[in-house]
Amino acid sequence: MKALGLIIVALVGAILVYATIDFPPFGDPESPASLHVSPRYLEKTLEETAVPNAVTSVLADYRSFDTMFETTVIFCAGVACFLLLRVPRRRPPAPRQFRHRLTGLTFRIKDGGEFVLPVREFEPVDSIWTPYDLIIETICRYLIPFIQIFGLYVIAHGHYSPGGGFQGGVILGASIILLSVSHNLRTALKRMGEKTSALFSPLGVLIYTGTGVLCLVLGYNFLDYQALAALLPGGPIMARSHGIFLVEVGVGMAVMGTMVWIFKNLASRGRYDEGL
Amino acid sequence: MIWQLDLLILTLVVLCGIGALMIRDLLGAAILFGAYSFMMCLLWAIMGAVDVAFTEASVGAGVSTVFFIAAVYHTTRRTKD
Amino acid sequence: MEEILGLVIARYNYWIYITLMMVGLYGMIAKNNLVKKIVGMNIFQTAIILFYVSIGVKKGATIPIIEHSHDVAHQAVRAADYINPLPHVLMLTAIVVSVATLGVALAVAVTVYQRHQTLEEDEILKQIREP
Repeated sequence: MKALGLIIVALVGAILVYATIDFPPFGDPESPASLHVSPRYLEKTLEETAVPNAVTSVLADYRSFDTMFETTVIFCAGVACFLLLRVPRRRPPAPRQFRHRLTGLTFRIKDGGEFVLPVREFEPVDSIWTPYDLIIETICRYLIPFIQIFGLYVIAHGHYSPGGGFQGGVILGASIILLSVSHNLRTALKRMGEKTSALFSPLGVLIYTGTGVLCLVLGYNFLDYQALAALLPGGPIMARSHGIFLVEVGVGMAVMGTMVWIFKNLASRGRYDEGL
Repeated sequence: MIWQLDLLILTLVVLCGIGALMIRDLLGAAILFGAYSFMMCLLWAIMGAVDVAFTEASVGAGVSTVFFIAAVYHTTRRTKD
Repeated sequence: MEEILGLVIARYNYWIYITLMMVGLYGMIAKNNLVKKIVGMNIFQTAIILFYVSIGVKKGATIPIIEHSHDVAHQAVRAADYINPLPHVLMLTAIVVSVATLGVALAVAVTVYQRHQTLEEDEILKQIREP
């Protein structure tokens, strides 16, 4: 298998290297890819959409239809992960292990047993218990709000600087994942439950398609944000800018929900009780 | 674009990629893959693709490494090749 | 000689990308472990994305954020001053989709491990053939 693999790889590599001889040189401003449609985007983006970041305007306005289905693909991946891993169970089993907060003693409850000691002084722990690191826990707790504000900033400021719905959504999702990694999965589930994360991703897709349908209802083409000028202040050009923002919010929600959803399913093998 | 820096990072990317495939420990492969993603992000920043670099920094070096570690945590670290 | 040197300098980037692609492809073909195969798939994916983004590079151009200010009226934008944004757009979505597909691939790997207690391809095949 290894020798066969090497032969295949060498052959394919040789063919690809041979193909590069016909390529335009690296960084050539006159290469065909840079001459056809992208000059139009670059020259007109500020004029037509009032968005200086050409990547955002092409992503969410000129090629919005493409991005809509990319968002749908992400949502589908979340659903696929859920269907593959989630164990059908009504209620998560009661935690079997408790740790006394002051002394650090850990109790394990046998099958059929019940916990009778005062619950406030105890906390449930995972079966593979690792000592909590106070520094990591505290720093992450203080860091997470700032990470989330940064994520919102990235979504909202994508018009003027690098950023947008995809990046901001991933950062927001990563903040929840950080909570789960630094504390435990139970804490993260308390902040953002399974239903919330599972609702966020279709809701984001719905906001995206809803914006498109709203344009349709107002008498324009699907995802032609000029139509929003009837509802928002600022004329048709600013309406396109606002439409891009709406769509980015949708993308951000979908990406955030899906990232958290996939992580929870993977980290707990679909059991939602304990994990990474 | 500074070609020396570009060449250095390209070499590091290839080394990280080969290392992630060669190492006989899946957790190590996950971490090396994170390093590979970060090098890739630097490469895109050099090319001027700031949005792509930003996405790769948050997605590749952040979330996908966590996914790998979550999967390895529930399976096994050992591997034969 | 000069000609060959010019060819190498203009295209060595592409060749390194192809090396990277082939590393990923080899990992997918020859590695036995499922997680290693997934790592190979991701290397292949990012190498293709890298190649695609490199098509948009222009010498002497800046990042694709149009220079703007609030008080000055819009001036004509020269497309040659900015890097081609189109590959960036297409690949930006591809990266996020790739992490979503990575999640699905790892979910499949975890499911396989739960059923067969191993991640090695040959052992799984043996278990399937001899129930």
